[in-house]
Amino acid sequence: MKKLIIAIAALAIAAPLVSQATPQSDLKKMQNHFAKKFPGVKYQDYANGVYALDKGRRIEWEAMEEFPPYEPGVEIGKSLFKKYKVGKCFKNGGIGIKQNYPYYDGKSGKVRTLEGDLMACLKSNGVDTKKEKLKFGKGKFAAIAAYMAYTSRGKTINVKVPGGKATKIYNKGKKFFYAKRGQLNFSCADCHVYNAGVMLRTMLLSTAIGQTTHFPVYRKKWEAGGTSPLHGFGTIQRRYGGCNKMVRAKPLKPKKGKQHTSYVALEYFHTYMSNGLKINAPGVRQ
Amino acid sequence: MKRRSFLKGTLAGSTVAVAVGAGLLNPRSVLAAWPESAFEAKSVQDAMSSLFGTADNKTSGAIKIKAPDIAENGAVVPVTVTTKMKGVSAIAIIAEKNGTPLAANFELASNAKGTVSTRIKMGKTMDVVAVVKSGGSLHTARKNVKVTIGGCGG
Amino acid sequence: MATSIRIRAKAKGNEVTVKALITHPMETGVRKNKKTGEKIPAHFIQEVKCEHGGKTVVNAQWGPAVSKNPYLSFAFSGAKAGDTVKLSWVDNKGKSDSAEAKVK
Repeated sequence: MKKLIIAIAALAIAAPLVSQATPQSDLKKMQNHFAKKFPGVKYQDYANGVYALDKGRRIEWEAMEEFPPYEPGVEIGKSLFKKYKVGKCFKNGGIGIKQNYPYYDGKSGKVRTLEGDLMACLKSNGVDTKKEKLKFGKGKFAAIAAYMAYTSRGKTINVKVPGGKATKIYNKGKKFFYAKRGQLNFSCADCHVYNAGVMLRTMLLSTAIGQTTHFPVYRKKWEAGGTSPLHGFGTIQRRYGGCNKMVRAKPLKPKKGKQHTSYVALEYFHTYMSNGLKINAPGVRQ
Repeated sequence: MKRRSFLKGTLAGSTVAVAVGAGLLNPRSVLAAWPESAFEAKSVQDAMSSLFGTADNKTSGAIKIKAPDIAENGAVVPVTVTTKMKGVSAIAIIAEKNGTPLAANFELASNAKGTVSTRIKMGKTMDVVAVVKSGGSLHTARKNVKVTIGGCGG
Repeated sequence: MATSIRIRAKAKGNEVTVKALITHPMETGVRKNKKTGEKIPAHFIQEVKCEHGGKTVVNAQWGPAVSKNPYLSFAFSGAKAGDTVKLSWVDNKGKSDSAEAKVK
């Protein structure tokens, strides 16, 4: 009995020191928030972003999906994947593994993203990334990432946060997500949690849940900037940079061949919020 | 009206090359059959008369235009024109307020169905005009498509 | 299959629906090079011919307002699964490409 009282007392003292929130409870909270906001949307449909929220947009998107513009690019991504022997570096030869990313690597104490592992892989395979024009976020690199994500279509996102340092990085990402930034003083949450479904000058704000399922994306806007079938591709961290620019905050670019730790942490938290949804990358978007 | 066989049959390869170099042939129209003046016309009326010989047309409820009410991006707007009219020999898609409104013309053989789809560029909010040539006369329908700049392009 | 043209042809009884996606810049000639400020010359497909059984079923005449990496779809009767459809295009620079596909 005495031991029990001491144990309970210890807990009572310890409790305020430990955050009540866990990744699981965060996810539940987020899911409940959107279930209330959009009662008509089926959970799995969140993977379709704004097309789950607006009928007119959905019809236009379905017309694009009749023969999606990313198909030639994904094929090119596949041939580059083979050319640079990317399969060597990954489990299952790099096929159908995207749903497990990002993951916490105990050995290095860091969170790894698919794109981070892909860049490391290219370098360890002796590929001259400068000469081959393989840069984070766009073009050929994004096409390879798009192909790899494509091979995971239909697989359920299953990001794990195994406590300790992983939780710290997760919380860093969560903090980034909810922090105000830029001259416009918006947080990711301002647009994608509190104002999801609102029209911002004909851009329909998508829900945070389901955003990562369809990345890398193929954007009509990015496609317009060049001639190759790879021009439309962009990874999620490319989009983070774009979103940050839009609220007039400085985009966080990769340094010394590695992605910015803040965006990695953000991607970790952000993807966790899509746990339970199926990958449907790449997605065609405006 | 240009005849399809003219350029291909009568000019040898080298002569064509010389002609292009000398500026006698506009490099935009290597194909004799491509209706250049229609594609360069600056109004819906002129595009129709250049293409079909006349702009006289009747509005028809038998033509359906499937296009978004609000296009998510004016660079790629999916458009489908369907008609149940018989004897359709051509379907043209005209973007009324584009600098050169004629976007595409589909010449259809007798066994082709009266339905075509493509994706077009639209510079701003405007009507998409579908022109169907059937039984020697022109029939039209319109649909308004809103095109605006997104707020958070990135 | 030719690299620039992807074709999907499906039969429903006597009727075949063809969808095609072509890789092509469809440059209008109005866009400017951001670095040099110069206009990027017009480069767009002018004609797409769609054939079945040696006959032209659809002849599409395009201008630069057709979107980059253009898509087209049409349907026709008098064909069945196992038949071949052929698509070929020519652009304003005289470049061309063609591809064939079996109707499924």
